[in-house]
Amino acid sequence: MTLPSAPPALSAAASRTRKLLEGQRRFIPVTMAGLVLVLVFAAGSLRYTGFLEPQVALNLLVNNSFLIVLAVGVTFVILAGGIDLSTGSVLALSTMICAWLLREGWPPLLVIPAALAAGAVIGLAQGCIIHFYGVQPFIATLGGMFFARGLCYLISTESIPITDPLFTALAQARIPLPGGTSLTLGALLALVVAGVAAYVLHRTRFGRSVYAVGGSESSAMLMGLAVGRVKVGVYTISGFCAALGGVLYTFYIASGNSLHGLGMELDAIAAVVIGGTLLTGGFGYVMGSVIGVLTLGTIQTILVFEGTLSSWWTKIVAGALLFAFILLQRALAPRAAK
Amino acid sequence: MRAAQLRRLVWPLLVLAGLLVANLVATPGFFEVRIQGGRLYGSLIDILHFGAPLLLISLGMTLVIALRGIDLSVGAVVAVSGALACTIIASSADPGSVQTAAIAVAVALGASALLGLWNGFLVAVLQIQPIVATLILMVAGRGVAQLITGGQITTVNSEPYRQIAAGSLATVPVTVLLAAATVLLMWLLVRRTALGLLIEAIGGNAEAGRLAGIRATGLTVAAYTFCGLCAGLAGIIISANTGSADGNNAGLWIELDAILAVVIGGTLLTGGRFSIVGTVLGALIVQTLSTTVYTMGVPPESAQVFKALVVFLVCLLQSPRFRAQLVAPFRRGKTSHEPPAPSEPPPQDEESDVSPTGTSAGAPDRREVQR
Amino acid sequence: MDIAAEPAVHMSGIVKEFPGIRALDGAGLRLNPGEAHALLGENGAGKSTLIKVLTGVHRPDAGHISIAGNPTDIAGPLDAERNGIATVYQEVNLCPNLSVAENVLLGREPRGLLGIASRRMNRRAAELAAEMELDLDVTRALGEYPIAVQQLVSILRAIDLDARVLVLDEPTSSLDRGEVRMLFDLVERLRSRGVAILFVTHFLDQVYELCQRMTVLRNGHLVGEFTTAELGQRELIGHMLGEQAGELERLEESTHVDGPPQDTAPLLRARELGRSGAIEPYDLDVAQGQTVGLAGLLGSGRTEAARLLFGADRPETGTVEVDGRPVTPRTPRAAIAAGLAYCSEDRKAEGLVAGLSVADNLLLAMQAARGWMRPISAKARSELVEHYIAALRIRPAAPETPVGTLSGGNQQKVLLGRWLIMQPRLLILDEPTRGIDVGAKAEVQRLVALQSQEGTAVLFISSELEEVLRLSHTVVVLRDRRVVNTLDNTASLDVDRVLAEIAEGGPR
Repeated sequence: MTLPSAPPALSAAASRTRKLLEGQRRFIPVTMAGLVLVLVFAAGSLRYTGFLEPQVALNLLVNNSFLIVLAVGVTFVILAGGIDLSTGSVLALSTMICAWLLREGWPPLLVIPAALAAGAVIGLAQGCIIHFYGVQPFIATLGGMFFARGLCYLISTESIPITDPLFTALAQARIPLPGGTSLTLGALLALVVAGVAAYVLHRTRFGRSVYAVGGSESSAMLMGLAVGRVKVGVYTISGFCAALGGVLYTFYIASGNSLHGLGMELDAIAAVVIGGTLLTGGFGYVMGSVIGVLTLGTIQTILVFEGTLSSWWTKIVAGALLFAFILLQRALAPRAAK
Repeated sequence: MRAAQLRRLVWPLLVLAGLLVANLVATPGFFEVRIQGGRLYGSLIDILHFGAPLLLISLGMTLVIALRGIDLSVGAVVAVSGALACTIIASSADPGSVQTAAIAVAVALGASALLGLWNGFLVAVLQIQPIVATLILMVAGRGVAQLITGGQITTVNSEPYRQIAAGSLATVPVTVLLAAATVLLMWLLVRRTALGLLIEAIGGNAEAGRLAGIRATGLTVAAYTFCGLCAGLAGIIISANTGSADGNNAGLWIELDAILAVVIGGTLLTGGRFSIVGTVLGALIVQTLSTTVYTMGVPPESAQVFKALVVFLVCLLQSPRFRAQLVAPFRRGKTSHEPPAPSEPPPQDEESDVSPTGTSAGAPDRREVQR
Repeated sequence: MDIAAEPAVHMSGIVKEFPGIRALDGAGLRLNPGEAHALLGENGAGKSTLIKVLTGVHRPDAGHISIAGNPTDIAGPLDAERNGIATVYQEVNLCPNLSVAENVLLGREPRGLLGIASRRMNRRAAELAAEMELDLDVTRALGEYPIAVQQLVSILRAIDLDARVLVLDEPTSSLDRGEVRMLFDLVERLRSRGVAILFVTHFLDQVYELCQRMTVLRNGHLVGEFTTAELGQRELIGHMLGEQAGELERLEESTHVDGPPQDTAPLLRARELGRSGAIEPYDLDVAQGQTVGLAGLLGSGRTEAARLLFGADRPETGTVEVDGRPVTPRTPRAAIAAGLAYCSEDRKAEGLVAGLSVADNLLLAMQAARGWMRPISAKARSELVEHYIAALRIRPAAPETPVGTLSGGNQQKVLLGRWLIMQPRLLILDEPTRGIDVGAKAEVQRLVALQSQEGTAVLFISSELEEVLRLSHTVVVLRDRRVVNTLDNTASLDVDRVLAEIAEGGPR
């Protein structure tokens, strides 16, 4: 034997690392997601002066607050083994309802609950179709996507501006943070939603049932869990979150428009997967989805700093990241019994 | 043709006829066809002309769905194909020449086939779920298309290229001819060879197909490649129609229309038997629906509400439990209350003595297959 | 141990019908606290259905169930759990993505002010594991542990439920010996606490190792209750398989083979063919025109042996030669090219494509072998299909009917026809007569005998020993996933002898 053997300390460390990794497999994707975010951010900071400002980082939250909320809702659905294609349209519908009802003279404090309820009802209806009639989630939410988008056009084909003072005030409200930085109300709300979602998923029986159903629906049933309630519930939550995303979007953009959120359902799904959540259900974290949204946001920010308006690179990079994470998940998946 | 197959086409045919009649009532001149400048014009011709890209994509999607798969990336492939063709023409020294147009079309089709091949590779070789696998290209593809066009809407001034959409041969629009030729070609390829049978066998029961010695991997890759090719051709037609390539909006959501057309045409999402004629009818129905909404003066965008309702209706009609509930009130004799508790697994195969679990509610229904 | 006056579970006169079949017809079961009780029977005997009635998956059409003396109606899986009945299935029915602790306590997690108290949950699960002397990190995902440990975890779940009855539905099928030992230790510990154990298995050795009493079912009927100590394996197998001659006696004379064929050119030669967890490496020789029967109970490895030959599963060891030429049976395609054909025991899942027509199903293998570019001409197609529909007497004789609408027997004939069209050198038939009516059974047997006379080698697998004896020149006996003996079917070989081999043959 002429091969030099590794120093014992090193190999011991390696085996310890391996052991640690063995036990924490499920955290690998989300850790990778965090790493990707840090890397992308670091790349931006190295390349552009002014990138590392705290406010730039906070603006990531501000500019993507609605997408975070959307992605959190979609996380529930994907964790339970489903998919929701309707979120972008429901977001648009929510902006439309807000703008339209405000124009009709409704008080803003009634308008917001109405928009949220509409989203939740659409989600509930999709969940029922999926659960009770065994329609594939993909197709049912595809129908929901057409339906919500169509409703937008029925309300109005034109953009409706929002001039309500309360909405304007809410949109402009800034929460001061140390160091001269600040957050918008929307960004704060998005963080709260993510926090609540994480709590529900990890600390309540409903949340654990979501993971169980995503892991194995038939097992969850035999273990006596309320599978139906979970399946209908996640779509309702997703619809609600999409509508809430819509309300935040009106803060951001101050109008209701049928064309808002085109393709945003894909951004949300991509963010969830890039955040390390398994598309087939059962594995993943809300934190990951937030990281996924921020990663996409950071790439966009870099493009803004770059100056050339090559926004398509976001899509290409998102696709590449999707591919990488899907491969990673496949590699990590426990080998099938056979 | 076999009686059972004909029976499956009755419903789509009736729906199409109903839509056309409704149009005729609303606009009396709907069925008029006239010749103008050596080309046919009229609402019916418009349906065929503007429906050609959708029909092409639906054809490719039919094979993919028959294999129990799905291809979400066709819209993105449409954008890539149009972007490539237009960019090649726009950047060539002689944009008006037939040769340039031919090269552009060939390159665009080749690239589309490659994209399809990529999807097929992910699905068949890496064994990634079709929805997940094709999602990658659905997201990235439009980015690639915009990258090719530089983010602009690339307009081309090439008469030969424009002729693909605007031209006619013996008064019939070239688009319609292209679509018809593809239908014929596909029919020959699938029904005059054994491809169709092998695809239906793999889609209907993959394990049985494997044990009968069918090579599923190659077939699956081929089906996705064909689907990509169809999408590429559709992309060329769409961009030729407008004389421009729009990476963002070309073929937006066309994958969803195509899936809808296939399902309306009677091919089940659970794979197995497929019908080319059914898909043709399905695509025509979807296109007629859009045209109807347009001619009736409703804002064209709200066609989506109708589409949504059709999607729900078709899905529910394919759901065994819904059908059971539907017919339950009309059943004579004892009215056994039909819907079992949703959490109850379906009755197990009585002979099986091993598998302890029921499959989930999405399991293919035997009655469904037997129709 | 105090013997309670009331049995933990008493089921009697259970009837359960499915469309077209009466799965249970007066089946029953008496399970005492603190005993391990085996539920035995061959395929289709109704074990699974009876278990599902007990665990609330199926509702019985008639019959009585009482639990600890109280008449009880079990409405669903959750209701069964509430009645103290817990089940461990062959395929683990837990969620691999959740932690061990969660799987043990899902639905009953301890909750504090802030929702689920995961620390308390982990502690509780760890205590349970320690109590059962299992060394587990309860915070790790269940899927990271081997199947055996996952099964132990599902028992932990049952313990936490305070189950009085634990149903083990073929829990050992995918475990190795050491793992089975672990499982049995745990079961033994539970039994000593007064839990009643109902053990369903195909492995009779394990029954004798673990159980005090047993109940035998056959064709949905209760055959009887026996004490393990008083019933030998051979009698037990006799009870399980029953008298099968009956209606088929008539056929016996016409189809009985007359010893090994004279002119025996070797056809197939397998050496050391094996796959871990499926079957131990085995040797097999089949000559032209020879019918080799594989006899053994379900789970003895008879199906696995056949699947390896055909390449349906990839062999891990061994070689196969056909006509002296080595064949690598890695895919069914390669095996088919070498002249092999295989009718799976599971017609629906692995044989037919239900949505396709009879004709398409008949021609599927031939078409697959020809490749897609060379379709069978319409003329050849209709000739072949008509010929085989007539020869196999497939009813209805309509080539374009979807095969899923046919009766079981006719479906089986279509599957058989698919391979006969290929004119194979070796025809592997796995339970070709299961679940079909007597007439169809006789016809299938006639066809097998005919094939053999025409020079096709046949590998014949069946639970019905009489059938195996009637059709085979040579009988290969399997038990516990290994070949234990090869017997020439001479006049002296009878069912009793084969039964004895199945029960006691080979190394223990």
